[in-house]
Amino acid sequence: MKPAHLVSGAIAATSTEVIHARGASVRFGERLLWSAVDLHIGPGTFTAILGPNGAGKSTLLKVLLGLQPLAGGTVDVLGAPAGAARRRIGYVPQRRGFDRTLRIRGVDVVRLGLDGSRWGVPVSPIRSRRTREALAEVVDLVGASRYASRPIGELSGGEQQRLVVAQALVRRPELLLLDEPLDSLDLANQAAVAALVQRICRERGVTVVMVAHDVNPILQFLDQVVYVAEGKAVVGAPNDVITTQTLSALYGARVEVLRASDGRLVVVGTPEAPALHADRHAG
Amino acid sequence: MTLFDYPFMINALRAGTIVAVVSGAMGWFMVLRRQTFAGHTLSLIGFPGAAGAILIGLSPAFGYFGFCLAAGVIIAMASPPVGSALYSEESAVIGSVQAFSLACGFLFVNLYHGDLNGLTNLLFGSFLGITNGQVVSLLAVALPALVALGLIARPLLFASVDPEVAAAAGIPVRLLAVVFLLLLGVAAAEASQITGSLLVFALLVLPPATAQVITGRPLLGIGLSVLLGLAVTWAGLVMAYYTPYPTGAFITTLSFAAYVAARSIRVLNARTRKDPASLREAMA
Ligand SMILES: Nc1ncnc2c1ncn2[C@@H]1O[C@H](COP(=O)(O)OP(=O)(O)O)[C@@H](O)[C@H]1O
Ligand SMILES: [Mg+2]
Repeated sequence: MKPAHLVSGAIAATSTEVIHARGASVRFGERLLWSAVDLHIGPGTFTAILGPNGAGKSTLLKVLLGLQPLAGGTVDVLGAPAGAARRRIGYVPQRRGFDRTLRIRGVDVVRLGLDGSRWGVPVSPIRSRRTREALAEVVDLVGASRYASRPIGELSGGEQQRLVVAQALVRRPELLLLDEPLDSLDLANQAAVAALVQRICRERGVTVVMVAHDVNPILQFLDQVVYVAEGKAVVGAPNDVITTQTLSALYGARVEVLRASDGRLVVVGTPEAPALHADRHAG
Repeated sequence: MTLFDYPFMINALRAGTIVAVVSGAMGWFMVLRRQTFAGHTLSLIGFPGAAGAILIGLSPAFGYFGFCLAAGVIIAMASPPVGSALYSEESAVIGSVQAFSLACGFLFVNLYHGDLNGLTNLLFGSFLGITNGQVVSLLAVALPALVALGLIARPLLFASVDPEVAAAAGIPVRLLAVVFLLLLGVAAAEASQITGSLLVFALLVLPPATAQVITGRPLLGIGLSVLLGLAVTWAGLVMAYYTPYPTGAFITTLSFAAYVAARSIRVLNARTRKDPASLREAMA
């Protein structure tokens, strides 16, 4: 279903890789969160990070951002050690939504992605025209023009999610890191935001790494899956990783992957009934 | 003779103007960051500071600035890191500091043989007898503070609205929080000298909160907040000139009236649009 050259193992040359990790591990005090993680993520690909709650998926994104130091191994992102190429990365953290009473317009939140890290007061009128154009374009791209000038706290979860994706995109990043962006959205919005991310990936050639709670809304778009569990990670094409055999080996316990008639995957029997799995949004 | 013929009145207006501008700008970020409790505490801490300074024979301004800035640093150190529940743990620390500082203030005033008029001024504000020197010192502190706020304004907005993404973009979120509390300490110390320690929220909270009810645009909101602060300060000073009541009382009443008016207009607007969602929002 995927072009073979997009699948991990086929990408050999390190220089063309957007993310390259070798033997990476993270430790919190005494606890080894995960170790021996190898990643090869090529440009323009769509990768999902899956796994049970607490496995360390969000931490993996923080490693890629250079916000979480490694206990061992190396991670290069966009050809430099993690953290060095921050400005070329768009990031949408795992979140609970903006405070209902936050009286800042959606478009101003998007704008923070463009010039929010600049010190000093904006003065140049040329720059401010370019800013307006860039904002209008990205807000239109995510389909948020209708409500972008309303205070962000008043907007629905799906509307807020599109605006934070716009915020992450406004600088035209080469790499987009999304932490459970579909979580807390209804089914229709999940499909719409997933399709939006896919479009950005394919049309703009942006490399996407998305932590997902439920793989099904994005399954058809994925080139690669990173499944984190039990302190390890398996990486590969979705059809190779999300299988009874691979996941049973990863968990060290009998796990079963079932495919529903509509093609959706359900994983049953994982040690602590994790998310992907007992699909809350089914139905 | 008009009130502009009195030098003390001119100085009061000058001082009030400086304080209103600083409070309007700092207060906008404070309200955005949900740190009004911290701001209120900073201003209460000015009270024992000023009383203590008088007790040992210094100008109260030293006490205000010294205590408010020190408290700003302490609150910043006690505040939780990015990503944890917003400032909630902060409040327990802050609450205790509030009570303690009020107690100290009264103790110092008592040790000073309880000059009751002085106490009222410290708590509720006075505009009499503001010297040229005081105006200069207010300005000398206000200008660098405003310049500093201008320099950090955008990253501070980013860190306030979206701390995790700001941190990922390389903004020193923790450091900005400390710097902002110092600037807030400056604003609280300045406002205390006009409205008194108890009524600082009249300038530091109400005009910014009103501005945020009116507009969701950051730059416009800050401008509006400053203008509202100026309007209530000037009006309050003039009213205090013609009556025997403290300045702070008028400034507070006017600020509160403006806030209530803004909220009411928003609710009315939502009602006439018969839009349940925006009505719920307006009432929130
Ligand atoms: N800064 C930290 N210090 C200590 N423990 C942490 C830290 N960040 C995350 N953890 C722990 O690491 C584990 C994995 O967290 P996380 O990466 O958020 O998991 P996931 O996103 O897969 O649900 C959790 O048990 C969490 O408590
Ligand atoms: Mg997570």
